[in-house]
Amino acid sequence: MGQNVLEVKALSKHFGGFTALSEVSLALAPGERFGLIGPNGSGKTTLINCVSGSLLNDSGAIVFNGEDISRLPAYQRTRRGIARSFQIPRPFKDMSVLENLMVPLQYVGHLKEADAREQARAIAAQMGLSDKAEVLSSRLSQVELRKLELARAMAARPKLLISDEAMAGLSGSEVDEVLAILFKLNETGITIIMIEHIMQAVMRFSQRVVCLDAGKIICEGTPQSIVQNPEVQKAYLGA
Amino acid sequence: MKYWIGAALVLIVAVALALAPVNEYFFFAGYVVLTAVVLATAWNILGGYAGYVNFGTPAFFGIGAYTGVLLFKWMAAPLALQIAAGAFMGGLLGFGVGMLTLRLRGIFFAIATVAVVFIMETLMTNWRYVGGATGLQVLRPPVMVPFETYTRMLFVVMAMMAIAAVSLARYIQVSWVGRGLRAIRDSEEAAECSGVPTLKLKLFACVVSGGLMAAAGAPMPMYLSFIEPASTFNLSYTVSALGSAIIGGMSHWIGPIIGAILLGALQQIVTVTISGEVNVLVIGVLLVLFVVLAPEGILGLFKRWARTSSK
Repeated sequence: MGQNVLEVKALSKHFGGFTALSEVSLALAPGERFGLIGPNGSGKTTLINCVSGSLLNDSGAIVFNGEDISRLPAYQRTRRGIARSFQIPRPFKDMSVLENLMVPLQYVGHLKEADAREQARAIAAQMGLSDKAEVLSSRLSQVELRKLELARAMAARPKLLISDEAMAGLSGSEVDEVLAILFKLNETGITIIMIEHIMQAVMRFSQRVVCLDAGKIICEGTPQSIVQNPEVQKAYLGA
Repeated sequence: MKYWIGAALVLIVAVALALAPVNEYFFFAGYVVLTAVVLATAWNILGGYAGYVNFGTPAFFGIGAYTGVLLFKWMAAPLALQIAAGAFMGGLLGFGVGMLTLRLRGIFFAIATVAVVFIMETLMTNWRYVGGATGLQVLRPPVMVPFETYTRMLFVVMAMMAIAAVSLARYIQVSWVGRGLRAIRDSEEAAECSGVPTLKLKLFACVVSGGLMAAAGAPMPMYLSFIEPASTFNLSYTVSALGSAIIGGMSHWIGPIIGAILLGALQQIVTVTISGEVNVLVIGVLLVLFVVLAPEGILGLFKRWARTSSK
């Protein structure tokens, strides 16, 4: 042990003249439950887009399990063990739930059709989607879509799971349900980054929280220390 | 297994017809319909499965036709070699076009493929060796036994190509490749994050699709005994390939076949009974009707009917 799963080193990203991220540095230990918070537009999603490969960073480096992955295409990063869910669910809508899960099983796990189907069933069961396994994903409800997002990320057998607002728009009991799933996944040794607006959920889940504001890390610490931090309060509530 | 028995039956029927005393016009028209089947099937691999609308069908079809005629004029190459070389050139063009344009999404990709048609047409119009703007007359070689006429032989050749194209499309559809392509169509970003190498897969689809279209074009000069750029690079090939896939249904390999046979046969009937100009109108009207009323094509209608009748 000792080696960090993920190291983000002085990462910067600009969109034209706008600086979305400036010199952001992070390090995640294996098995850590990590919370990423910040007001809208603070750069949370840009940061994880850079980590997952949907965007390329302008400067700095992203090191995953000791390897610099900053220039790898997204699918290569997924194959190395970084999986993510999307803030706005992006199911493969013309496929059933099972088939959605089979995509990463076949492309990351390189499983044969029959094996992939079997594994997909197991994952669907684990996520509480068994009775929807054969249903077209375009017919799922919001909470089912969120679960599918997580299930599909899980099917890639990640070492690091990035959950981008998996709970937005869910009711209290549904939030508990998704949280329970994430806790369970973490117990199997998966490092999890949670991006969330629902403070209560992040605070309950995370061992360590980082707050971004305007592309910079403004503070880092335990959930308790974060909520009491005056800078965080200022970023959220305004001066 | 059932599929292969069906395919073998189709081939046997095609050969039997070609040897039977059937009116020559049937083969003349049948060849065109079978070409439409190949084009629609090929178009659907990129357009239907991956969702990348390609308006460049004539460019691929044309490069096949010109490769065929070039080899024939230069070294009197046999038909099989013309087709193989045509398919290779089409695949190569697909690779080149794909490298340049597949990073573009949606409408931008579609527009770029239209440009390829004009580039190819301009090139051929200015190339004297293959006839330039006036075109080139082709003297057919003697027909091979057991066929009575060259058109009959071409009919069987095109039937074989249609079976090959459909088999390939079917394989892609049911394999992991097809699942990857469909993932790209639904959400490219999510596909990439699920481990799908999107650019590679799109390139593959573009190469296969382009190669098949070019293969379908290669025997065209022999069929017409003539080639010239304006009709070879005619955008009506785009409309018919895309129209057949949309009208038949894009989600399954059988959709483009249904669409192409229906449209092709309808066009032949309209051309003979009314006029050649009206058949463009026929496709146009049908396309509008299907896009509005049955966006999933005949296949979609059939599925809906099967679902309601089973309840």
